[in-house]
Amino acid sequence: MAPIIVFGPLLASAFAGLFGNYIGHRAAQIVTTATVVLSAILSWIVFFDVTMGGNTYTIQVLQWMSVGDFDVSWAIKIDNLSAVMLVVVNTVSSLVHIYSWGYMSHDPHRARFFSYLSLFTFAMLALVTADNFLQLFFGWEGVGLASYLLIGFWYKKKSANDAAIKAFVTNRVGDFGFALGIMAIFSVFGSVNFETVFSAISNNELVTVAGSTLAVPAQDAALSFFGMSFNAIELIAFLLFIGAMGKSAQFFLHVWLPDAMEGPTPVSALIHAATMVTAGVFLVCRSFEIYELAPAASAVVTVIGAITALFAATVGLAQNDIKRVVAYSTCSQLGYMFFAAGLGLYSAAMFHLFTHAFFKALLFLGCGAVIHGLHDEQDMRKMGGLYKMMPMTWVLMLIGTLALTGVGLPPFTLFGMELGGFGFAGFYSKDMIIEEAFMMGQEGLFFGLPAFWIGVVAALLTSFYSWRLIFMTFHGSFRGKQDDYDHAHDSNWVMTGPLVLLAIGAVFAGAFFKDSFVGKDAFNFWGDALPAGPYAEGNYPEYADGYPGTSEYADVAHATDDHAAPTSDAASDDHATDTHADAGHGEAVADAGHGDEEHHGGHHPPAWVLWAPFIVTWTGFFAAIWFYLVKEGMGARIAARGGPLHSFLSNKWYFDEIYHFIFVRGAKGLGDLFWKIGDVRIIDGWGPNGVAGTTLAFAKRMAKAQSGYLYHYAFVMLIGVVGLLLWAQVSAGGQ
Amino acid sequence: MLATLAFWAFSGVAIASAFMVVIARNPVRSVLFLILAFFSAAGLFVLLGAEFLAMLLIVVYVGAVAVLFLFVVMMLDIDFAELKQGFLSYLPLGGAFALVLAALLAMTVATWQASDQAQSLRAAAMPDGMSNIEALGTVIYDQYVYFFQAAGLVLLVAMIGAIVLTLRHKDGVKRQSVTAQVGRDRKEAIEMLDIKPGQGIGE
Amino acid sequence: MTADMLSQDLSLLIPELLLAGGAMALLMLGVFMKGEGANKLVQWLAVVLLAGAGLASLFLVTGEGQAFDGGFIFDGLARFSKVAIGVVAAIALLLAMPYLKAEKLGKIEYSVLMTLAVTGMFMMVSANDLISMYMGIELQSLSLYVLAAFNRDSLRASEAGLKYFVLGALSSGLLLYGSSLVYGFAGATGFNEIAIAVQSGPSVGLTFGLVFVICGLAFKVSAAPFHMWTPDVYEGAPTPVTAFFATAPKMAAIVLLARVLIEPFGGMVEQWRDVIWIVAVLSMGIGAFGALTQTNIKRLMAYSSISNMGYALVAIASASQTGLWALLVYMILYMIGVIGSFGAILSMRTREGMVEQISDLAGIAQRNPGLGWSITALMFSIGGLPFMVGFFGKFFVVFAAVQEGMLILAVLAVLFSVVGAAYYLRVVKTVWFDEGEVEFVPAAVSVYWVTRLAGLATVLLLPVIGWLVFRAYSVGLATL
Repeated sequence: MAPIIVFGPLLASAFAGLFGNYIGHRAAQIVTTATVVLSAILSWIVFFDVTMGGNTYTIQVLQWMSVGDFDVSWAIKIDNLSAVMLVVVNTVSSLVHIYSWGYMSHDPHRARFFSYLSLFTFAMLALVTADNFLQLFFGWEGVGLASYLLIGFWYKKKSANDAAIKAFVTNRVGDFGFALGIMAIFSVFGSVNFETVFSAISNNELVTVAGSTLAVPAQDAALSFFGMSFNAIELIAFLLFIGAMGKSAQFFLHVWLPDAMEGPTPVSALIHAATMVTAGVFLVCRSFEIYELAPAASAVVTVIGAITALFAATVGLAQNDIKRVVAYSTCSQLGYMFFAAGLGLYSAAMFHLFTHAFFKALLFLGCGAVIHGLHDEQDMRKMGGLYKMMPMTWVLMLIGTLALTGVGLPPFTLFGMELGGFGFAGFYSKDMIIEEAFMMGQEGLFFGLPAFWIGVVAALLTSFYSWRLIFMTFHGSFRGKQDDYDHAHDSNWVMTGPLVLLAIGAVFAGAFFKDSFVGKDAFNFWGDALPAGPYAEGNYPEYADGYPGTSEYADVAHATDDHAAPTSDAASDDHATDTHADAGHGEAVADAGHGDEEHHGGHHPPAWVLWAPFIVTWTGFFAAIWFYLVKEGMGARIAARGGPLHSFLSNKWYFDEIYHFIFVRGAKGLGDLFWKIGDVRIIDGWGPNGVAGTTLAFAKRMAKAQSGYLYHYAFVMLIGVVGLLLWAQVSAGGQ
Repeated sequence: MLATLAFWAFSGVAIASAFMVVIARNPVRSVLFLILAFFSAAGLFVLLGAEFLAMLLIVVYVGAVAVLFLFVVMMLDIDFAELKQGFLSYLPLGGAFALVLAALLAMTVATWQASDQAQSLRAAAMPDGMSNIEALGTVIYDQYVYFFQAAGLVLLVAMIGAIVLTLRHKDGVKRQSVTAQVGRDRKEAIEMLDIKPGQGIGE
Repeated sequence: MTADMLSQDLSLLIPELLLAGGAMALLMLGVFMKGEGANKLVQWLAVVLLAGAGLASLFLVTGEGQAFDGGFIFDGLARFSKVAIGVVAAIALLLAMPYLKAEKLGKIEYSVLMTLAVTGMFMMVSANDLISMYMGIELQSLSLYVLAAFNRDSLRASEAGLKYFVLGALSSGLLLYGSSLVYGFAGATGFNEIAIAVQSGPSVGLTFGLVFVICGLAFKVSAAPFHMWTPDVYEGAPTPVTAFFATAPKMAAIVLLARVLIEPFGGMVEQWRDVIWIVAVLSMGIGAFGALTQTNIKRLMAYSSISNMGYALVAIASASQTGLWALLVYMILYMIGVIGSFGAILSMRTREGMVEQISDLAGIAQRNPGLGWSITALMFSIGGLPFMVGFFGKFFVVFAAVQEGMLILAVLAVLFSVVGAAYYLRVVKTVWFDEGEVEFVPAAVSVYWVTRLAGLATVLLLPVIGWLVFRAYSVGLATL
């Protein structure tokens, strides 16, 4: 089953790409879509099989390369983590495939488009099912390639080409770090296989770093980098995160993501919202064993994530392109995921990734519907009041926005009744991250509290810009050409169908999977793949109370207090062993507090912390109402006035300008230097041209010796005789 | 004793005259010195007991080759003084190399040693009771027949080459044809004319 | 010498007897037969004779051994070389026919002289005595001097012949001087006897004698610094003569050199290896650099052959079985490349006559793709570019050198081959990318086919090379 899931899209892609011209668009569309839908269905089966039945396995497909000690296989690793990713990727991908039938219906190159989409899907699947870092890197580059191809799909448009190149180049920076990380892993552990590496780390096995002969415990291994010696695990964690930063558009390397919106909207939904950009989060979660032992690198992850969350949200406030707003929103949400992961809340990060995939894909596809309905108009300043013309889209977008802003009611007790504790998908995942950040801060984790506050502020901003988008697009009066307004319409069912499915996910995914991902069932749900997170033991009574009679879980929860008591089922057994390992180095990681459930025993976030996101969300909502509905046009006036703050935000903190100045012009200057001085003068001058010049001069001189005079020739011969005699004499004398 | 004296005399004259061939101003003198060198070499042959070769050298080289040279040199109007003008300018460099070469060869002579087996490997000396010509004949037509025939081929090539490069068939050259002369008969040789007195033969 | 012995000796000499007798018969035929057809008949008979002599040494000579008291030897080396020389000489004569006709040089002596020259070459590769060596060389050289000046009405040809003759005489002098020193040391001229004498250890006199002999032979293979005659003679001599010069005599002389060095003087490897080393390096260097500025394609081929002889000397310098094997492979591939290239040069005939400038080839590939492709393949092959057969020739040579630990020589060989590649590529570039409008008249049948077949051979022989490589690896190079 797993090979079909992974390789089906590849075959479909090759089929559509190679024979698209012969079989026609429709056939290409059918083949690719059918394959991906099949993959999606199979993924769900696998998902339930793994998470419920605990049926994890790894299929070795083939040996990829074997060079000395370097042995890499191509594998399909099905565990809880990859099963989640399979579901996310294939579900969104299949919906996007279907959606594209409508969205791309007028494009003459549909076959190519669907081939790219399927290619991307394959690469992403290869990424998430990797059982070693190299295959992961293959998938990593594969999705990068597919992303490049799809952003530049309309290659005749210069901006699309530029954006594609920008995305590719920016990702190279991250990939460079990633590649270094993989090399570092190999040099320390002599393997890039997940299992080998992670078990070596968590068991603190003796490893021999390449270039040294001394075996040292894995956690104490040191690597030197730029002449400085680092703790190997910290360094590896940091380098891997650089890769993740590039792919997931984190601060400093985020510049490509907004520009990537030049691609067709389904692409934005699939690649730049739901799947590819989350690969970084996936990477960090996949290697959580490394990050648990790398407090400094984890702190970096937290800081970068938090900054990104805030930064992208601020920029989102001032954007007018409907897709760019959503893009910055994506960037910001990815920041949330990272700071969750940095704080050790891997399951929470994955949960947010999961829910985010639904509502962000929904938002993007909704935007696509709007754009499609308005004949490729993307500027929100030329929209307004569309809810009348596209009611369906409007409702769906509202759902997406509610999910994104995390609308929901925190649990509270009123008149003795337990109320609240429900909401849209984002409510569960995002609020959990924010709360947990606070809890971590309470426990003394240095970046916990700042992260919490940033999370809260970002939530406020998120709410504001999300509603701003809704209000500018669907409410108020239409600001574009009346003609466009009259022709605006809801999309057909091919396009709205997927939206509805996503909307269902956006509404219910959080509530439905909460307990599995981060709640009480998390131990069973994640198995060995991820630390289950603090809620797994039922730390919070209000969650535990909702599930009376769950003694089994309570058992697990209590058992983990001393990490020793055997539990009733096999899965728990495994886990107990796992936690043993954790306990073995509990002290080393106590600061980070990663996944060690004991730290949460008896802790309880104060009520105001639970309510803070709730409050800011509504604050943002009302602010948006005030700015864009009550005082309609105020936003535009602020923009028109062009204050420093506004221009700072609308120019995206001037990142592009700074990068242009430093990197683009710097690189050009450096290139000029190397070209004109280094290459032309020095290398060519002394190298090829110099040698060629000398050679020719020598050749000319020799041609001159060829005088044509007989006695010259005879003389040369005699000189030769004398020379050879002398030479023979000298060399014989030397013996 | 006498033979040793003669050897040194002949060798000395041979080398000195060879040297003079090169440096003599007058080309005729050069050729004459060449003839002297040949004579000296013939003398050396005699000392070695190879009288036939000595005579051959004189008859062929002196009598034919050198004399031919002499004729050619006399017939060609070559300004040897002009040809030798560059001589001095090349002398230093050429002289230096010549000196080095001479030094090397001197060293060879000084440290000369034949192989231990050389004596046994050497061809047998001339058999007793056999004249020079006889001895030569037995070798040339027996052991060395291959070389001898090869030499014949070389001479054939030389002949062909000389003909190819120099012989020109010119039109209009009158040649004697014996067969034509002999084969003539009266009819074609003689024409009878009846000449009237006072008219002559010119119509 | 009894009749039995004589007939036994002569049975080894069948190819030479065929050639010598045939040459004289052809001479008689040509002299006494009148008319236009005579020349043509003689030429064709000569072609058959040359190829036949080559094949005769393959099929008619059954035994191997020495004849005439060790003056003549017939062994595998001689057999191989004779077949190669006979065939390539026949091809060279085929190439010459249309040229001679067009240039009004059709004289029967051309064929006769070539036959006699080949007789000399056969004697050279079978030489087992200083005297037979010298006789062979002289027979060959004298014929070649005449052939070089064959177009006696051309000033350049006459000059070429004269230069070749005078310098050849000088080299013969060196050879004889060296031979006399060797004779003085060994007491005999036979190679067998010299080999025995050499075992008693080297002496200064013997070393010098050998160096003189090497100098004389180096002139024949046009190795530096005895190469000076080569460009002038190649350029001045009629083109088919040059084609002949560049192939068969080189093969004969290099095989003779190898035999002299390895058989009688095999015990003195230490003494002569350095000499061959420096001659090889000089040849490769001068050949490579000298060719760079040439505009005349025949001069270019002259430097190319100087350079290629350098590589052949590298193979000899390695003084091993592998080296000898590499030498033979190299020479065969070299001759294929060169004879094909001269075929191409002979195709360079316009309405006005022959042209010889490289620039005349400009853009020929567009107008005459067959010729363009052939030139490209041949140039790549001689230049040793992968993966034409020529590359493997150089590869084996360098391999042999490396095997004997002569790393510096191997590195130099590779470096010079890089320099050399420049001018071969320049020809290819001219052929394909330059603008030109020189129209060639259609080539004669023989020229056409020699060029095309040689061009094809540079690729089609690859399986043979592959087989050689395979064999080299499977049975070990030493036993080849």
